[in-house]
Amino acid sequence: MSLRDDQIERYSRQIILPNIGGKGQEKLLAAKVLIVGAGGLGSPAALYLASAGVGTLGIVDSDSVELNNLQRQILHTTMAVGMPKVESAKQRLEALNTDIKVLPYKIRLTSENISGIIKDYDIVVDGSDNFPTRYLVNDACVLLKKPLSHGGIFRFDGQAMTILPGKSACYRCLFQDPPPPGLAPSCREAGILGAVAGVIGVIQANEVLKFILGTGELLAGRLLVFNALDPSFRIVRVPRNKDCPICGENPTITELIDYEAFCNLRQKKDK
Amino acid sequence: MSIKVRIPAPLQKLTGNKVEVECSGSTIRELIDNLEKDYPGLKERFYDEKGKLRRFINVYVNEEDIRFLKKDETAVKDGDEVSIIPAIAGG
Ligand SMILES: [Zn+2]
Repeated sequence: MSLRDDQIERYSRQIILPNIGGKGQEKLLAAKVLIVGAGGLGSPAALYLASAGVGTLGIVDSDSVELNNLQRQILHTTMAVGMPKVESAKQRLEALNTDIKVLPYKIRLTSENISGIIKDYDIVVDGSDNFPTRYLVNDACVLLKKPLSHGGIFRFDGQAMTILPGKSACYRCLFQDPPPPGLAPSCREAGILGAVAGVIGVIQANEVLKFILGTGELLAGRLLVFNALDPSFRIVRVPRNKDCPICGENPTITELIDYEAFCNLRQKKDK
Repeated sequence: MSIKVRIPAPLQKLTGNKVEVECSGSTIRELIDNLEKDYPGLKERFYDEKGKLRRFINVYVNEEDIRFLKKDETAVKDGDEVSIIPAIAGG
């Protein structure tokens, strides 16, 4: 593959970076990244990955755009309210970069369908908004040995970690089980500042770009913790846990689990 | 004796919205007992009914997870920073 003139022009500001160059740009164009959730985290992540020329972006989301999403889900516009998020995302990203292909999946991930989707991708970005999906994505990525960029946000807090299955800690090494329904923060508390989603989503995009380019250090075995009020970034060490139920020495989880959804803003709407 | 404790968003309701509080203790267990005195309700967020540390909320002394040290018997000293980090799901 060699770069066309318009590609050299479009990506010139990153091609001139010594860690990227023409070779790096070709890697980006050949890469396939799956983004789970076209929401607060998935939006900024997708925009930066698309603009950097990641050639294939898969986007999974079962929802449609609502007016109350636009405060943080910057992929979508007022005009897109009512439209499936994956369609809105595809239009926006392909308008941003005509060089890339966006594959929409308007489905809810389950233990039945997830493996068939992630198997074709190089790396997965978790921008989902609920524990059942997060644990499902982690477990599927560990079992299929797919690298995973984890990001989570709550009010003014954000977290990010990169998971290289078999090499660095997985999400269950960090938090073995999801909280039981009674102890998860209630839906009403789940407010979020759009800029916090932006900070973490962009960190996830940055992790994916470094992974594809094979440059720099990843947040593997390290959890980045952001607080928007201080403001502060902290990093704590996350060793692999030999007792991890999915990637430890004696795994007890050998097939995927569909946890019951408990705190999900979506439920309110479905009633 | 003063140890800084970072309080995450889901627990800030119990600390009057404070992101950071000061507390004392020579082990994490003592520190949590002392935190409970100042901010009632905090302790049950760390321990389950059986008195075991919960699996979706971690405690770090500086950069290290106490699960890989001596759990709640991990020693703390003046100037240490303790971070409480729970699983958060928003996106
Ligand atoms: Zn693990």
